[in-house]
Parts: sequence; C-alpha cells; structure tokens
Amino acid sequence: MTQLLEVRDLRVQFSTAQGTATAINGVNLSLEHGQSLGILGESGSGKSVTARTIMGLLDMPPAKINGGEILLEGEDLLTATAKRRRQLTGPVMSMVFQDALSALNPVHPVGRQIGELYRVHRGYSRKAAKAAAIEMMDRVRIPAAASRVNDYPHQFSGGMRQRIVIAMALALDPQLLIADEPTTALDVTVQAQILELLKEQQAENNMGLILITHDISVVREVTDQVAVMYAGRIVEQGPTAHVLGDPRHPYTLGLSQSVANEDLKGRRLPAIEGSPPDLLALPRGCSFANRCPLADEQCSSSAPPLESVGAGRTSACFHSGKVASNVAYSN
Amino acid sequence: MLGYTLRRILQMIPVLLGATFIIYALTFLMPGDPIAALTGERPLPEATVAQIRQAYHLDDPFFVQYGNYILGVFRGDFGIDFFGRPVLDLILERLPVTFALAVTAWGLKLVIGLVIGVYGGLRAGKAADHFALVFTVLFMGIPGFVIALGGQTYFGVHLGWVDPAGIRAGWPMAFILPALVMALEAAAGLARLTRTSLVDVLRAEYLRTAKAKGLSPQRIIWGHALRNAMIPVVTYLGLSLAGMLGGAVIIEAIFNLPGIGGLMVASINNKEGTVVVGIATLLVLVYLVFNLLVDLTYGLIDPRVRI
Repeated sequence: MTQLLEVRDLRVQFSTAQGTATAINGVNLSLEHGQSLGILGESGSGKSVTARTIMGLLDMPPAKINGGEILLEGEDLLTATAKRRRQLTGPVMSMVFQDALSALNPVHPVGRQIGELYRVHRGYSRKAAKAAAIEMMDRVRIPAAASRVNDYPHQFSGGMRQRIVIAMALALDPQLLIADEPTTALDVTVQAQILELLKEQQAENNMGLILITHDISVVREVTDQVAVMYAGRIVEQGPTAHVLGDPRHPYTLGLSQSVANEDLKGRRLPAIEGSPPDLLALPRGCSFANRCPLADEQCSSSAPPLESVGAGRTSACFHSGKVASNVAYSN
Repeated sequence: MLGYTLRRILQMIPVLLGATFIIYALTFLMPGDPIAALTGERPLPEATVAQIRQAYHLDDPFFVQYGNYILGVFRGDFGIDFFGRPVLDLILERLPVTFALAVTAWGLKLVIGLVIGVYGGLRAGKAADHFALVFTVLFMGIPGFVIALGGQTYFGVHLGWVDPAGIRAGWPMAFILPALVMALEAAAGLARLTRTSLVDVLRAEYLRTAKAKGLSPQRIIWGHALRNAMIPVVTYLGLSLAGMLGGAVIIEAIFNLPGIGGLMVASINNKEGTVVVGIATLLVLVYLVFNLLVDLTYGLIDPRVRI
C-alpha cells in the first residue's frame, strides 16, 4: 500500500516589501493511513504554511513554492491540474481551521455549508445534502442536529462551531485530515472534547491525521508521531512518546521544559531565551544556534542535517548526543 | 419585528418635526416679500395686501405659523399656494416624473457601479482595477452639470439620438440621458464601495474554507464572496435611492423635465414658502421611510442582524 502522504524537500518563500522570507526550508514528512502526526512549533516556524501548502491554500503571490513534491497516495499535488486538486480537496484530504467563527460563512446556514460538499462533490440534491448534513452533525454530536441545521454560525457556541467545522471536514470521509490549531480558540474543557472527537473519528475511519499546534500537551495526547519545526525546518522527528520523553534536540528539550508541572510549583517556568531568527535573513549555520546552550563554532558556520538518532528518530543537531544530560534552561 | 417597526415609525416624528422646523424657518427668513413677488411691477392697494396677508396668516408670529402648518401636515393638509391650489396636488402631479427619473438613474447606477466595483475587486491591483479607479474618480471629479450639459450637446444636439431636453419623448427616451448623467456621477461611489468591500471579503477566512472544500473559483465568488460583500452595499443603495430624488432637482432643471425640481425652483423664485416646505418635507419623509425599509430588509442579507 502506498504512503498516504509524502512531502519531499518542500520549500516555500514569501515575497514581502522587505525582501524574500523563507517560510519552509526543505521539509520532509510522511504519514501512513490511520496514523497521526503532530507538527509542533511556535508562531512563524512554518507549521501552518506547511499545512496550507499541502491543502493548496497558499495565496500565490506573495507565496511561492520553490521546490519539492507533495505526494498524496502517490499523486504529486504540486504538478496536478487545478481541477484535479479540487477533486481531491474535500473527498481525499480536508482541513479543520483554528477559528471556527471566521472559518464559517456568516450568511449561510451551517447545514447548507456542510451540505455543499455533498452537492458539489457527489451531486446530491438539495434535500439529500441537507439530510446528509444532519447526519454529519449528529456524528460530531451536535445536540438536536435536525432542528439546528438551518441555524447560522453565530447562533452556536464556540465548541459547537468547531464541531461544525469538523463535520464539514469529515463530510466526505477523507483519507487525510489536517487540523490547524483546532483547539487554540477554545476553553480548556471544550478543548478536551474536541480532541477526543478528532481522535475517535480518526480511529473509526482509519484516517491519517496531521495535527498542527504549539501546545505540547495536545501533541502528547493525540499523536503517534511528532515533527518539531523551527524556522521553516524540521529539527526533530520521531515517535511522540520518545521525542517528548527523551528529546535529542535542544529546542525540543526547551519546549518540553517550559511546560508547567507539579515539580515546578512555586518556581519560575524555564524559558528559551531570545527569539526565532528573522526569516528574511536566515543564518548560515543552525537557525537555533543563537538561543542554544550547546552552540559552538560549528553550529554557526554550517547547518546541521537531519540525521538518524535511533529507531525511527531523526534530529538536526551536531550535539544530539549531549542534549539530555547537558542542557538546562534558565528559570 | 412589529414592535421594532412601530418604534422606528414613532422615532420618525421628532426627526420630521426637527427637519420641517429648520426648513420652515429658512423659508421664513427668505429675503423679499411674497406679495410683492406675486404682483410684480404694479403694486396692489394697501387694503388688498393686508387682506391677502391675513388670509395666508403672514402676519402671525413665526411659531404660530409653523404650528398651524405642522398640524395641517399631520392631517395630510400641506396648505395651498397663492392660486388656491392645494400644495399636495401640485407635488403629486409632478412626483411621477421625478420618481421615474430617480428610479431610472438609480437602476443605471446600480448596474454600472456593481459591474465596475465587482470587476475591480476581483482584479484588485491589476490593470483592470486601476482603469476602473481612473474611470470612477474621473466621473466623481467632474461636476454633474458639466456632464449634463456636455451630454446634452453631444448626444442631443450633435448626434441627435435623444431630445436635448423636454419630456415629449416620454419614458424611457426622455429620461435616458438625464438618468445616465445622474447615474455616472453616483456610480463612482458605489463602485468604490463595492470594490473595497469585495477586496475585504476575499481575504476572509471563510473563503479559505470554501477553497478547502474543493469548490470552483466561480462557486467561491458567487456562492460565498459576493453576498457578504453586498452587506454594506445594500445599505448604501437603499439610502441613495432617496438621495437620488433630491439629486433629480438640479438635473430636471437642466433637462427641462416637469418634475418637483422645477416646481421647487419656481416656488423659491415666487417666495411660495408653503410649496418649498411641502416638497422638502416630502423628501425628508421619503428619506426616513427608505431608511426604515433598508434597516428592515437588512436581516435578509445578513442573518446576524435579524430582528
């Protein structure tokens, strides 16, 4: 069976008034059917751009794909025609957005927005599409779906709206679901419910899931695999439990240390000093070198490649062997 | 909904009172004596003047005059002119012409403005958008009467496609040129508003969602973008129809159309305060009613403000 998704050496740049910003700088990803992958990183690390590039949602210009391949079940999306891409977008891959209120069209009833997928991709009648939309709303556990199908997005609570966005994404039983910060705009109890829903739907439909987030606990809870992104590159990748439990990149370690826990009670939270590099002028060496406690001359002169650091794990650090024992972030 | 409508209608009363009061005061302050204007070269005997002044309550204090007038208006009595004809009849006789002109101009404006605005919005930043900008700014900048006189000379006199002035040709031929002049001037604003609104909407997140549903560009624009972009435009369009009635006054004079514009100008010259105030009151009323209609229909296009 072919890989569900394979991204090879993807490069994306944005032209801005100040110059060319490198948003994605050689990203490789792969995902099997039924597998879940977390993409972890802070703002500007390129995680959302990666998702949008896969979905074909980049605004070009200003964005420009400078190279690479995106293979969805073996078919290269970057060379596919616009029409072919539209046929795949929705039925084969789909996306859940961060802010459900702005992701839904304010002037159309939610049922119509879900039903539109059935009408466009499956040629359903208005009536059949509505019935299918109600069924879908039921499936994501929106109470009294049949009576709410004609309501508008602003009439729902935040959590319910996110369920509608998920219903839309799952409507055509896609193979691949990309969720871009699906819970960031929600309060904590609702967050847990939404993650539970995503996990459950993924398992039921043997769907591949890419979960993009800056929240390490979300990745830990939901995903099998994790890719940590920094300044447009993947700096560490592997099984979630291993990567987060025993990081082999100082950035991953920094992220995992800056989460509050019982041991840190009453003390200041450790933080990674400094800020990410300017994407308009990426350093020649390792992008993380200026914030890294392990950095030496080698790090600032050449960029470390992503290399194997154990079973199914890779890390882009010259000092990956020293990470665990020698790094402590100030607190 | 019904309660809201009633409340809004009640709110109209103070607005109408305030507006008519200001207009009435302004006509009261108009220089010149209405009786003198009525008779021209040969003055009337003192006694006759006094009699006329008394019959028309011209010697009463201002507030009494205004009070009498406004009480009449609420009974549907807009007073009579110096020839004894009811002002309301005078207005109603001429209103259809003005109404036809305003609605024709409004319709042309709607088509021209929306087409240019949508076209420019969809091609924002490209050559077509810049061309649309130049075109609209050009017509915004040229005074209306210049376009009117130019159009009259060229299409009316030079090419002879339409009568340069007058209403003999009836609707639509007599109305096309004046309506087009009004429309071109007003379309500029509509085009700018439509363009800006569409550009804003095209950046909206829900259009990204539409794209992520694998919809065709046509469906994204017609099904998702335009209706949202029309929300501010509809308000503007509704209010501008009332504004068109006012704008028709000048154009009617240039094209010699027997609408309320001509009546208004003649009445100002004759110092016929009652007619001037009557017309102005009517225009205010029309404006208020359109405003209410716009607010009531707003919910049809934007469910978030449904009442």
